[in-house]
Amino acid sequence: MAAGFLVARDVSFGYEAEGRAVSPPVLSHFDLAIPEGEFFCLLGPSGCGKTTVLNLMAGFLRPTSGTLTLDARPIAGPGVDRAVVFQSDDSLFTWLRSVDNVAFGPRMSGLSRARRHAIAREHLRLVHLEGQEDKYPGELSGGMKQRVQIARVLANDPKILLMDEPFGALDAQSRTRLQDELVEIWGKTRKTILFITHDIAEAILLADRIGVMTRGPGAHIGEIISVDLPRPRRRGSAGFGEMWERISALIEAEGVEEGER
Amino acid sequence: MSVAVRPVGTARPGLLGKVKGEHALYLASILGMIVLWHFISTTFFKPQFFPSPAIVFNTGMEMVASRELFEHIGISLQRILTGFFVGSGIAAPMGLLMGSIRKVRVIFDPYTQFFRFVPSIAWLTPVVLWFGIGEVSKVLIIIYTTTFIVLINTMVGVSNIAPNKLRAAACLGATPVKAFIHVTLPATLPFILTGMRLAMGNSFATVVAAEMIAADAGLGYLIFDSRLWMATDKIFIGIVCLGALGLMTDRFFRYLIVRFARQYGPIE
Repeated sequence: MAAGFLVARDVSFGYEAEGRAVSPPVLSHFDLAIPEGEFFCLLGPSGCGKTTVLNLMAGFLRPTSGTLTLDARPIAGPGVDRAVVFQSDDSLFTWLRSVDNVAFGPRMSGLSRARRHAIAREHLRLVHLEGQEDKYPGELSGGMKQRVQIARVLANDPKILLMDEPFGALDAQSRTRLQDELVEIWGKTRKTILFITHDIAEAILLADRIGVMTRGPGAHIGEIISVDLPRPRRRGSAGFGEMWERISALIEAEGVEEGER
Repeated sequence: MSVAVRPVGTARPGLLGKVKGEHALYLASILGMIVLWHFISTTFFKPQFFPSPAIVFNTGMEMVASRELFEHIGISLQRILTGFFVGSGIAAPMGLLMGSIRKVRVIFDPYTQFFRFVPSIAWLTPVVLWFGIGEVSKVLIIIYTTTFIVLINTMVGVSNIAPNKLRAAACLGATPVKAFIHVTLPATLPFILTGMRLAMGNSFATVVAAEMIAADAGLGYLIFDSRLWMATDKIFIGIVCLGALGLMTDRFFRYLIVRFARQYGPIE
């Protein structure tokens, strides 16, 4: 495996009660290495443990065994080097205007009000939310709220973005727009991104590489596929369709294999 | 709990909490109740048992003229507000701590769950024995009533915070203390305010019990004392004043919430 920026080595995770495993492990022998600057999509059926992977990377959960490192430093708890964009907008601070939501990270690191607002406004512009600075999350559409989440993590200048199906709850049009904009933002910022999705088309549209997860329990990455389609990618192009067929067959085979056991 | 955010351009309710046009309906409802009161009291009851609105109004005017009523209202309101604010001041931080720190919750939960079922009136005698018949006892009874309502609402508020909010804060660099100040506290505020509004209602109800402790003034005293003289008209004065004062206090409290705490998503 190539040297990575974000690395998981032989990670397993199972829920425990009083030191004993209460169910078969969610993940076992999970290996992953993402180089700096890569857009990596973790693809798998719902319930396979994708979100568990993200929670481990974010430091919300600790692995039962194995090691997780970012930039050669072990991950032990949440940190500002790893920012999470959640699927649900309930992570936004509803009592703060969008500018103050985005300024939250800079505020935690002790920047002055003027300085952090300048940073927040700049990042709201980056996600095309100029003019919405003074609105509260409750006054924004679902797509806008996810933009605020993205701006909020970027304003904190993390080493990696961990995104947990961030567009999963949006309507098709907003999702398409945000996918395109995310690629654009990634192009500008060159942040490393670990993006979790169960949508094959979304993974192909976004990723440099796609890790297809096996079905749980004991899930891990079954196959990694490099997406060498040129950007900007078009959803209707021939290469896109081929790739979709290939990954779809892979996931289906995975399902059958599992069912025969 | 839903977060109430008024769409831009819709009418903002006034001090009474009503949109224009609803005021007429509101007044009609009050007038209707007075008419009904008049009808029932004059048709089915002797005036000593159920005085009509006119009798109560006349007695009320006499008590206003002699300034007796203001004395009762003033002293009761003072007791209610002191008990209410001291009780809320104890309960809100306590509820935040109990909601946020498991150990604190485990230690204090038995007492919370036990005493919230013991009504304040049950404590009248012990409180008098321990603290005498002065203002302290009366205010303590109201503090007691306020505390549990605000405490439990605050704890519910803390447990209702979306875990993603605290996780997001941690990822954005908030230490546990900063997360408490910048996330737990503001996210719980609507629950604290709702608890306070409910507790305000209970404080009004409890002032009657509190003023059963050897008081010589107050609306509770007025009601309790008038019983001895069969002065039902004065009892009704006490009832009407409690209700009206409670309503006005609640409206004012609500107005303050809407005016200063709207972004926290209070229940209006």
